[in-house]
Amino acid sequence: MSEAAQTASVPEISDEVAIQIIGMHKWYGQFHVLKDINLTVRRGERIVVCGPSGSGKSTMIRCINRLEEHQQGQIIVDDIELTGNLKNIDAIRREVGMCFQHFNLFPHLTVLENCTLAPIWVRKVPKAEAEETAMEFLEKVRIPEQANKYPGQLSGGQQQRVAIARSLCMNPRIMLFDEPTSALDPEMIAEVLEVMVNLAETGMTMICVTHEMGFARKVANRVIFMDGGEIIEQNEPEEFFNNPQSERTQKFLSQILAH
Amino acid sequence: MSDMTQGNAPGQHYPPGQHPDMPPPPGTVGFVGWLRNNLFSSIPNSILTILAIYLLYAAIPPILGWAFFNADFEGASRTDCTAAGACWALIDVRGKQFLYGFYPDEELWRVYVAGFILLLAILPVLFDKIPFRKLLFANTILLPVTGFFLLSGTSGSPEAILPTVETPQWGGLLLTMVIGVTGIVASLPIGIALALGRRSNMPVVRTMCVTFIEFVRGVPLITILFMSSVMVPLFLPEGVNFDKLLRCLIGVSLFSAAYMAEVIRGGLQAIPKGQYEAAAAMGLSFWKMMYFIILPQALRIVIPGIVNTFIGLFKDTSLVLIIGLFDLLGIAKTVVTDANWIGLIHESYAFVAVIYWIFCFGMSRYSIWLEAKLHTGHKR
Repeated sequence: MSEAAQTASVPEISDEVAIQIIGMHKWYGQFHVLKDINLTVRRGERIVVCGPSGSGKSTMIRCINRLEEHQQGQIIVDDIELTGNLKNIDAIRREVGMCFQHFNLFPHLTVLENCTLAPIWVRKVPKAEAEETAMEFLEKVRIPEQANKYPGQLSGGQQQRVAIARSLCMNPRIMLFDEPTSALDPEMIAEVLEVMVNLAETGMTMICVTHEMGFARKVANRVIFMDGGEIIEQNEPEEFFNNPQSERTQKFLSQILAH
Repeated sequence: MSDMTQGNAPGQHYPPGQHPDMPPPPGTVGFVGWLRNNLFSSIPNSILTILAIYLLYAAIPPILGWAFFNADFEGASRTDCTAAGACWALIDVRGKQFLYGFYPDEELWRVYVAGFILLLAILPVLFDKIPFRKLLFANTILLPVTGFFLLSGTSGSPEAILPTVETPQWGGLLLTMVIGVTGIVASLPIGIALALGRRSNMPVVRTMCVTFIEFVRGVPLITILFMSSVMVPLFLPEGVNFDKLLRCLIGVSLFSAAYMAEVIRGGLQAIPKGQYEAAAAMGLSFWKMMYFIILPQALRIVIPGIVNTFIGLFKDTSLVLIIGLFDLLGIAKTVVTDANWIGLIHESYAFVAVIYWIFCFGMSRYSIWLEAKLHTGHKR
């Protein structure tokens, strides 16, 4: 494959700010997990966050939809600041979709019910309309034939694609991915990444915590490296991989690219 | 394929990929195979099998003889029973008391109607694919009201359509059902609320729930029944008095709710954190998350525990005898003190045991059926 074919054709990034994190700190008890995080994400940006385990990358994106609470600093999503205010939290969660490492599908509901539950009960979409939308997204992730099965009957890759479709059914403006391929076999990783590349091509604002460097090169317009709860380095993928600035980044890259 | 009937002849070889399907060796499948695998798989197993067959042979014929072949089924008093076996004439004559206690004869139709309404009310709760489910559900929701007025009546005057029948006149299976059904229906939602409260982040709610659960679980049901019947009236002002049965219903419901809460908490703890996070990330509120995501899974896991509590509760209703209510077991105890029937303890208790067993076994079978139905293959 040539260099040109490897780069996904993604729409332009607008100047509008989607997420702004200013001087954010977080502690687990005495343990300082996130230190002075500053990050601005513009609408349409595709950001890949990488770093060694325990570096706080998952915690950082989980703060964006308040699955984790930050103790200091500001997080502003779509012009709404995340505080203890439950209304703000609900408003932000409606606009921010999330996919998890272990998919977290609801095992007692069918694939279709997984996809329509939140639209019907949070967005108050009529059932027929929600099902129609769900089928559209299931077709986009190429598993419409599984709609009436239960998650336990699907493979890991299929489950993660359902999870992506489920998030998209809420029509989010921002998508967070927390190591979406870490629990998958290699062949399943490919099918999930393909869906994520297609999603990037629609111009979705995405933040992905992942170690899939091929994916980062292909779709990311920025790669962030975290270590010890701090953002060490961020750059465009080409620069980041070919010309890493800090020593820790170089060491990390040499380790993950070596095999 | 000519050697299909001969099993796997030793020493016979086939080229790779050419091996035909052969029948299993004789005596490993079918009835003989089952006997070999299950009853006579080893020498100790064979000895136990023979012992068990002997015990059944020794026990079953005498029981059948006592209960059926040598039994008397008719008569007006104990002296009419001349056979060596059971004297079922007791049940024949006093059956009404076993079933309804001292409920007046001319008002018994109300008990039958209430029983029929109860049956209709249970159907839509147990089965989701029955016709007219919505209509039946309306009946279910109205049951506490309709049931109460049917059984206890609307007015004290004897000319009224539904003259009052005081609760001390209720008894037997009727009373057992009233207490059992009320306890079961009330304890599940209260138990869910207590379990959620105990896991709440709010310290006041949590402390209240923990205190209630630990207090109620720490004392015997008899104590609670005693307190509800003896101590509560002491604290009420002069003239204020509410029904003994009602106090007993509240006591039984709260008692089993505390047990139910712990069973349900076990289910809640088995739900992975990811389910909460996925639901929260989709913007579901706490109550919607609980209703649609967490509770359906948690309750499914603890169906055996819930039904266990229900069965325990149903049999615990027999303790109300202590506070002077004559449930099924209470009637069984009093009937044999009647001079005509004195000493017929075996018949009386055997009859009651069979009735309890039918209800408890029914609950048990239903729970197994429900578990199988709700199994959606997440344990692969």
